[in-house]
Amino acid sequence: MQAPLVRVATIVLTILSAMALLFLLTTLVPGDPATALLGPEASPAAAQQFRVEMGLDKPFLSRIGIFFGRLLMGNLGTDVLSGRPVLGVVLAAVPPTLALTAAAIGLSVLVSVPLGVVAALRPGSLLDHGLAGLSVTLIAIPGFVVAIGLLLVFSVWLDWLPVLGAGDGSFGDTARRLILPAVALAVGWIGFLARLVRTSMLEVLGQPYIRTARAYGLPARQVVYKYALKNALVPALAVLGLGVGRLLGGAVLIEIVFARPGLGRLMLDAINARNFPVLQGAVLMVVTLFVLANQVADMALGAIDPRTRK
Amino acid sequence: MRFGAAGGLGAAIVLTVIVAAAFAPWLSPYDPDALDVMARFAPPGTAHWLGTDQLGRDLLSRLLHGATVAVTVSGSAVLLALAAGTALGVLAAIAPSGVEVTVVAGLNVVSAFPSLVLALAVVAVFGPSDTVLVAMIALTLVPQFGKVAWAQTRALRQSPFLEAERVLGASPARIVLRHVLPNIAGPLIVLASMEIPAAITIEAGLSFIGLGVRPPLSSWGTLIYDGYAYLSDSAGPVVVASLALAVATLGFTLFGEALQRWADPRR
Repeated sequence: MQAPLVRVATIVLTILSAMALLFLLTTLVPGDPATALLGPEASPAAAQQFRVEMGLDKPFLSRIGIFFGRLLMGNLGTDVLSGRPVLGVVLAAVPPTLALTAAAIGLSVLVSVPLGVVAALRPGSLLDHGLAGLSVTLIAIPGFVVAIGLLLVFSVWLDWLPVLGAGDGSFGDTARRLILPAVALAVGWIGFLARLVRTSMLEVLGQPYIRTARAYGLPARQVVYKYALKNALVPALAVLGLGVGRLLGGAVLIEIVFARPGLGRLMLDAINARNFPVLQGAVLMVVTLFVLANQVADMALGAIDPRTRK
Repeated sequence: MRFGAAGGLGAAIVLTVIVAAAFAPWLSPYDPDALDVMARFAPPGTAHWLGTDQLGRDLLSRLLHGATVAVTVSGSAVLLALAAGTALGVLAAIAPSGVEVTVVAGLNVVSAFPSLVLALAVVAVFGPSDTVLVAMIALTLVPQFGKVAWAQTRALRQSPFLEAERVLGASPARIVLRHVLPNIAGPLIVLASMEIPAAITIEAGLSFIGLGVRPPLSSWGTLIYDGYAYLSDSAGPVVVASLALAVATLGFTLFGEALQRWADPRR
């Protein structure tokens, strides 16, 4: 496990570099950035305010200083449309996206681990081949296509679950509206994790300590689920942090399919309304969540598996 | 291990998509943009095998032309990423350590963006266009190629035959072109085949939210986007385009994985 200082430094450096990349993008804009980023319909006053805020009226080097100085103080700029601070707008969009991502992660772990174990217990069997085919299908099909399929079948044709939006805010309704998006987001990850669990389970089951446990006559159930599974889950946990990033990216499209509020919806609306400060804030928020998730997964891994501690 | 049934299925799908993409103008029964408002939302039948969309355009013809877009966009994005990633990775492995650290850090920063989010940031700045689309899909894929090229070249760096070349006075250019590239090409080509479905997915996703290919081009994502607005009138266009996209990405994935197993039987 890394020293806390190194860990914090990694997080800060990655986020700073992401900011630098965003800054670089804005300097590459052809023409006048204020017109290009806010659109031709922006009022001259708004364009002027944008120029001052982004430091576009200053020399290049001081623009870098202004850009980072503002961001580091938590000032992400002003929402061009509503005039509210971007930070508040972006923070308000975080909980629905996090809820969706967390639900998808939970669901994918719950489904994929048993699938992977069952396949690993009978390698080469018809069941194993069937599950392998299912896994690759789940991985390959784009999440938003799954989302549209689920929406067609369960909301439009069967009319079992509510279709769109975040609902009336009550817990039951919110949870019901989370089901289809979470399934759609989890599907690809289920295939991926199931394959991973199967591979590492097969590897662990071939280890001498498992043979010893069997030789001692321990019940098969105890050997598989207590001794083998514990170790076989380590690689799965190692990629979960990576998964959060991919799920956050996938959540963007899923939110749009189901018209759910969240960071994805916010980004799309910001692009369509040429609301660049909001887009920039939302992108930074996603990158921050992604980096934090990676570090949390890494820490959890270190806590569970001492071998990975550096 | 041989290519296997799954690999064979994948190869057949890949071949079908490529043939459809290459010969779309000759295979299509109709002009993909020809309107026939009398035949809006026609169900599949003898006149229109897969039915029509909200403007009466023939879905089969639009699907075939969509294959051209999918193959062209994903193919050029992956080739671009392969070239740029290989150049950066090899450079990082043979350059002084300062360059190496900078390049690897750069690759890590780009991969800290979920690919779709990075694509959204780029499209917001440059506005949607077909060139920007290909460039930004390539950008999201560059880190993968860069890291593989870097790791492979590093592993090669100390090998005796390169040492011998250096002692014999071979120029760095000769070493890279004659010895490094042929030795690292295999894993990179396998990776390229695995990234094709990823590129198709990003393109379709962006087109689905209206930020992908521009009219008059329409990709499978565009068809889903168009059909999605008329879902209450007819699910036909959405179902047809989604199935095409799903089958194509599955086919390319199966093919890529079979290629990977074939190239590296230990896995």
